[in-house]
Amino acid sequence: MQLSRDVLLRAYRQMKVIREFEERLHTEIMTGEIAGFTHLYCGQEAVAVGVCEHLDSVDKIISTHRGHGHCIAKGCDVPTMMKEIWGSSEGTCKGKGGSMHIADLDHGMLGANGIVGGGAPIAVGAAMAAKIDGKGKVSIAFSGDGACNQGTTFEAMNMAVVTKAPCIFVFENNHYSEHTGFDYAVGTNLDIASRAEAFGMKVWRGNGVDFFSVHETMREVLEYVRAGNGPAAVEFDTERFFGHFEGDPQRYRGEGELDRIRDERDCLKIFREKVTQAKLLEGADLDAVDADVMSLIEASVEGARAAPRPTAEDVLTDVYISY
Amino acid sequence: MANMMYREAVLRTIFEEMERDENVVMLGEDIVGGMGTAGGPEAIGGIWSTSTGLFGKFGANRVIDTPISESAIIGAANGLALSGKRPIAELMFADFIGVSLDQIWNQMGKFRYMFGGKSKCPAVVRMAYGAGFNAAPQHSQSVHSLLTSMPGLKVVIPSTPADVVGLLRTAIRDDDPVMFLEHKALYATKGEVPDGDYTIPFGHARLTRAGQDVTIVTCGLMVGFCERVADKLAKEGIGCDVIDLRTTSPLDEEAILDSVEVTGRLIVVDESTPRCSIATDIVALVAEKAYSSLKAPSVMVMPPHTPVPFARELESAYLPSTDKIEAAVRKILAWR
Ligand SMILES: Cc1ncc(C[n+]2csc(CCOP(=O)(O)OP(=O)(O)O)c2C)c(N)n1
Ligand SMILES: [Mg+2]
Repeated sequence: MQLSRDVLLRAYRQMKVIREFEERLHTEIMTGEIAGFTHLYCGQEAVAVGVCEHLDSVDKIISTHRGHGHCIAKGCDVPTMMKEIWGSSEGTCKGKGGSMHIADLDHGMLGANGIVGGGAPIAVGAAMAAKIDGKGKVSIAFSGDGACNQGTTFEAMNMAVVTKAPCIFVFENNHYSEHTGFDYAVGTNLDIASRAEAFGMKVWRGNGVDFFSVHETMREVLEYVRAGNGPAAVEFDTERFFGHFEGDPQRYRGEGELDRIRDERDCLKIFREKVTQAKLLEGADLDAVDADVMSLIEASVEGARAAPRPTAEDVLTDVYISY
Repeated sequence: MANMMYREAVLRTIFEEMERDENVVMLGEDIVGGMGTAGGPEAIGGIWSTSTGLFGKFGANRVIDTPISESAIIGAANGLALSGKRPIAELMFADFIGVSLDQIWNQMGKFRYMFGGKSKCPAVVRMAYGAGFNAAPQHSQSVHSLLTSMPGLKVVIPSTPADVVGLLRTAIRDDDPVMFLEHKALYATKGEVPDGDYTIPFGHARLTRAGQDVTIVTCGLMVGFCERVADKLAKEGIGCDVIDLRTTSPLDEEAILDSVEVTGRLIVVDESTPRCSIATDIVALVAEKAYSSLKAPSVMVMPPHTPVPFARELESAYLPSTDKIEAAVRKILAWR
């Protein structure tokens, strides 16, 4: 399907924001200013954006420990996210959650999640709620290839099938769970999608470094799920450009692997090539977006640095609503 | 004596026990690190460096790198243990007992009782616990109070490399299930470790500082905090007994009661959440069994009843500190 200029520009911008957000964090983390564990989403941008471009704020998503991309794609405010990562009291979660727990329920973002496999069952519940409401809303569970081995993910898939919940399991296969390869940890000879299929779902597969593949695949998936056919699953083959967490020595990578994936499997390069070759957008259009994004990121970092810090009293708030 | 890091003490003890007894096996996520990758097995070797080299030495049957499946990891440890093996299961973070709790609580902890004393389940579950890394609510918790409340489980919390060796050896050789909690902030700390077949029995606390005025009961990372306070106050002539529990189940009641009978003042310092905790347990013990020795109300230095927050300012406000411990000692001495 031919996408409009507006849609193309917005999608590119979203992917670029995620990319530069993460690239900047990668350098900022080395200075020691940012605390805690940070897992960067660089390389997988086409998945988050290709999926979320189809969603409204009433549709729900739940994310993983590698959550920044999903948050941005679902509409979370970028400067506020940056403040959260810096631990400011003005951050998305007032500095209580940090990188691994960014959530924005107003945008249908039910949270990044520090527990691998924690998200999928929650997505099923959100899908049940959507089914009760009967307005064609859906929920999306983003999971990694590692998370697909967790019992909670299996249970969630089966329960979604049994209850015909409008839940979409999006598996981002970046070939690694921490330092372990997909080939070792996922025992099936086939792929993750086939596993999901065995639970009784209709499944799709797509190229997770090509926005157009993700977007077109998700158009079909959403049409199917919004029509009341129950859950579905999609597997996207994608790449993780950085280590599992910041500080990972990555000795498990093959020789030249990182250069190769940056060269051949970069969703931003692929997007640019496709749209300029097809004369859908000019290089200058994209350059303008790039410049705009760089200043957004710069302003976000400056804002986060200057943002107010939480105080000792803040530890005690937000545990309960009333107590 | 050899000087080594806490994490080396873990690795060396596992290594030696695996050499000594072929029934000892280890399993956990990424403990080999690099399986199924171009870098190959041991490209990384466990995120805490507590399993480096084990795979090369003992092979895939005994050093089992698992998918991300905590429920099945602990379940498999149960099955191994009921089948004559002595598994050491690793939970990368103690917080992940949440995923595997049925296998810990309803299975492992209850087999022997439910089966009328016929079974044994010699499993060790090692886990990295504790805050101080801004790792946020799901990667920072201290779960020993929770685990101590569960009958059938033994709970061990070493505070030094020597205690790691002595207690881990006992844990691996023990026929009951043992929860073995290693504080993340201790992994890089160093200390002397006795040579030879050094073991420490469970249920025997260690008096690390002796004084006449106040009893401070603690465990894990907090032991060092309490020692620093005791050393500082000793210069002012204030004497503190610092009791490192080493194991919270079994609990060395005698060591606590003996000390409180002398000092008449009890402070418990701990990193787990305060409600229904090891601290309330010890305060109750003393109220019950040493009431007449008490000269002042007991004091608990603990985090508040909240999750562990992320931001630096929040986490440090949340955690017990040497300042808070010192203030507690002064407060208990100033009572009346
Ligand atoms: C229950 C649980 N087990 C283990 C971990 C530690 N851990 C964090 S991310 C991760 C790997 C996840 O791999 P995958 O699902 O493929 O996601 P990716 O990191 O590739 O995005 C592991 C083992 C965790 N956070 N939660
Ligand atoms: Mg992965």
